[in-house]
Amino acid sequence: MSTPRQYKDLEPDEAYAFKLEDLEEDEMILNMGPQHPSTHGVLRIELKTDGEIVKDAQPHIGYLHRNFEKHAENIDYQGIIPFTDRLDYVGSMGNSLSFAFAGEKLMGIEVNERVQSIRVLTAELQRIASHLLALGTYGLDIGAFTPFLHAFREREKVLDLFEWLCGARLLYNFNWIGGVSHDLPDQWTDRVKVFLDQFEPVIDELHNLLSYNKIFTKRTASIGIIPPELAIGYALTGPNLRGSGIKWDTRKEDPYCGYEKYAFDVPVGQGRFGPIGSCWDRYYVRVEEMRQSVRILRQAIEKLPPEGDVHETVPKRVKPKPGEVYARTEAPRGELGFYIVSDGGLIPMRVKARSPCFVAMSIFREIAKGEMIADMVAIIGSLDIVVGEIDR
Amino acid sequence: MGLQRPALEAKISNLLSIPVVAGAAGALVVFALLPQIAELIREQLSANLSPTMAKLAATAIGVGAVVFLITQLPIFLIWWERKIAAHIQDRLGPMRVGWHGVLQSFADGMKLLFKEDIIADGADRFLFKLAPFLVVMGVFSAFAVLPWADGLVISDLNIGVLYVIAITSFGAIGILMAGWASNNKYALYGGMRSAAQMVSYEIPTAIIILSVVVQVGSLNLQDIIAAQQGGFGDFQNWFIFRAWGLNVIGFVSFFICGLAETNRNPFDIPEAESELVAGYHTEYSGMRFALFFLAEYGAMFFVAGVAVVLFLGGWSGPVFSGPLVFFLKILAIVFVQMWIRWTLPRLRVDQMMALCWKYLIPIAFVVLMGAAVLQVSGG
Amino acid sequence: MKEYFLDFWDAVSSTATGMAITLRHLFMKNETQQYLSDEKPETRWNSVIVPEGLLQDRSRMRLYVKMEDCIGCLQCEKVCPVDCITISTEKRQKTELPIFAANGQGIKQRVVQFDIDMSLCCYCNLCVYPCPTDCIVMTPEYEFAERDKTNFLYRFAKDKATPPEPPEEKKEAEPVAAG
Repeated sequence: MSTPRQYKDLEPDEAYAFKLEDLEEDEMILNMGPQHPSTHGVLRIELKTDGEIVKDAQPHIGYLHRNFEKHAENIDYQGIIPFTDRLDYVGSMGNSLSFAFAGEKLMGIEVNERVQSIRVLTAELQRIASHLLALGTYGLDIGAFTPFLHAFREREKVLDLFEWLCGARLLYNFNWIGGVSHDLPDQWTDRVKVFLDQFEPVIDELHNLLSYNKIFTKRTASIGIIPPELAIGYALTGPNLRGSGIKWDTRKEDPYCGYEKYAFDVPVGQGRFGPIGSCWDRYYVRVEEMRQSVRILRQAIEKLPPEGDVHETVPKRVKPKPGEVYARTEAPRGELGFYIVSDGGLIPMRVKARSPCFVAMSIFREIAKGEMIADMVAIIGSLDIVVGEIDR
Repeated sequence: MGLQRPALEAKISNLLSIPVVAGAAGALVVFALLPQIAELIREQLSANLSPTMAKLAATAIGVGAVVFLITQLPIFLIWWERKIAAHIQDRLGPMRVGWHGVLQSFADGMKLLFKEDIIADGADRFLFKLAPFLVVMGVFSAFAVLPWADGLVISDLNIGVLYVIAITSFGAIGILMAGWASNNKYALYGGMRSAAQMVSYEIPTAIIILSVVVQVGSLNLQDIIAAQQGGFGDFQNWFIFRAWGLNVIGFVSFFICGLAETNRNPFDIPEAESELVAGYHTEYSGMRFALFFLAEYGAMFFVAGVAVVLFLGGWSGPVFSGPLVFFLKILAIVFVQMWIRWTLPRLRVDQMMALCWKYLIPIAFVVLMGAAVLQVSGG
Repeated sequence: MKEYFLDFWDAVSSTATGMAITLRHLFMKNETQQYLSDEKPETRWNSVIVPEGLLQDRSRMRLYVKMEDCIGCLQCEKVCPVDCITISTEKRQKTELPIFAANGQGIKQRVVQFDIDMSLCCYCNLCVYPCPTDCIVMTPEYEFAERDKTNFLYRFAKDKATPPEPPEEKKEAEPVAAG
């Protein structure tokens, strides 16, 4: 038996997708990352460039691999949830919700209405926080510094609300199988309302400051075009899919947590400044999604059942019957699904995460060809990848 | 509970900021009294030295003063820019080192001075070391023709405008050299972009300057200022208010070109940090990096100075005249440069070229032709 | 041709809009607070949105163990997903004075080692829930940076292990189970 080869054992040119001897006369290989200011973590992209034009681009992933799936086969269900938080570390609420949802499906637990409402509240707040980060860093990628800090200013308020709710600012361990860890504190929903009231004008300000800026639209509205067929072909989900004009939202198509009770729209890319499916469309869908999240939050606060024990259905020990389950939710970055196989023990036999960022990254090579170096950054930013979720 | 900042440290830095603030205030007083001081020095020199030597010594003193100014100014400008950026972004900015962080630039400069001077393996050592000096030289020598007051200019060149156009493109060599010598692909991209950018933006700049020259009939910067004196409140005759708004377009175009020539956002393409890490100075550290910084802020100040001379009456300001007014006007322009930097995203390299060749050059031609027609028709 | 001039208008108007926004922000009140204020050292971070004093109600930062209450049940050690808690106990003799935790539960085990490696801790709070005597808690204390990583190993145990009895020859006979 041979030991599996490690990355450091590779020959020098095996680490590269493009060979020096295959290059044309004017071409050059440019290695972007893993240490690069705007690869959103430790993504490495290899570019074959001809001057400023990118002839070919090959992403290399795996620099943030933390062995989530194998790890999950060795700890009990409750212990996996802190690890799911760390997949997409800027949208933790969505991840643990997805896993808890899968676990509940496996156990056959029905959570009560208050838990569902709390989950909707936290998930939508998390969506706002996550999109704020995505939009802010997108502005940063394009070169505008100020929207980034304006977005972070707002995001910080959401994190404050979360810290008040469950004690953590980034990795919450909030959604448990069968319930949530803490009940809402007094006044929490009132303060969320205060936040929403002052947040809505900020969206308009962001539009005026960045979205409709001539330079910004020029930069983003004609690059990274994903036609609808290509988006479906690559199984894109979330804002990346909706940016291509396809109305698909797991919250609408396969409702969970009682999302069917809330009235909200699914914004899609309309190709306002260029072809449909451009970077600008994906950006715009995210901004508009924040507006819809605000709408959902307002309704959720109104419909929140005043009474209910959030620990009512939390099982003493999670020991599901043998079987398998796939559950999906609409995380901020797209459809996040967990596939769990149980052999009837205390620890799962197999856990597989279907992460939206990994899927989004696979389309990168297709849409990056023929663009310019500066556009690489814009395309990566518009796909809104989090490397923690690509590598897992 | 928690880590406390030592009270002594806070006290010392607050005390140290007193001389700095006092020095800045003193600098303004010196600016206000500059003509008298210069007259005094000139009298002393001509009384004690032969005419040739006196002229030489006066020039040397002038050069020393300007070099002192440009090397000290970035300390203020960097602090100012950080404060502006912070407040635009609802932050506080530097607050710790001295009163409202006025000593922050000193601390940073000190850090850069003591930093290890790294020369990348495989870099062209000679060119690598030479490049920052060339960049700085291009900026410093440009200041020779900037008139501070009536008769207060290091070199009163008859072809001052030509000198300005020629010497500002000097920096491109240094940047290209830095990009090439670093032996780094990102630096090379930065150098190439910078060369393309500077060469392109020279053209509209020169044409717009020409439109002013057409209206004055002289290449001398002092003559250009002299042509703008007088009128209502001492600002009616500024070129920006003349020629029925034509010069407003000229001024805005010149301002945009100035941003491009100094590699400021939205034209900071050669050093675009989200694309090229740091562009041409990716491999530079320590003092050499500081020199690039110095050059950038010096160039900002100089371009603003030229804009003031050409369109805003130079040192002959509203109500008052003199170096102080000139200085404050330049600072106002620099403020707008910073304001724009923290507002706009960055252009892409081909869009920047398109902006230059498709938009700015036609505008510049229109301005030039309009100025010429007005001049010929006696307007 | 029309587009060409529309581009001008778009560029100028959108730039002006953006600059108006940034100018307004330049004179707005700042949102940030200084981390450690010299003037008011006792002030902590205050949230804009959360009422004063409530932000850190449930904060999960540094772990703390009230050793007097620990009954050595090993629940927290078992549940920790990153295995940062190490506990070893020994049985208290019947002859010893009986002691009780704060909630009245009898302490049958003497905890001779209770180590928490805070550099491994993932702050998931899972160890807190199963504790029968509520002796392990997460405190809102967050300023505990260290220069040496080994300082993160917090040893909470106060009791010393009883010294091992002198080795007897009988011990060799006992086979040690593998694994």
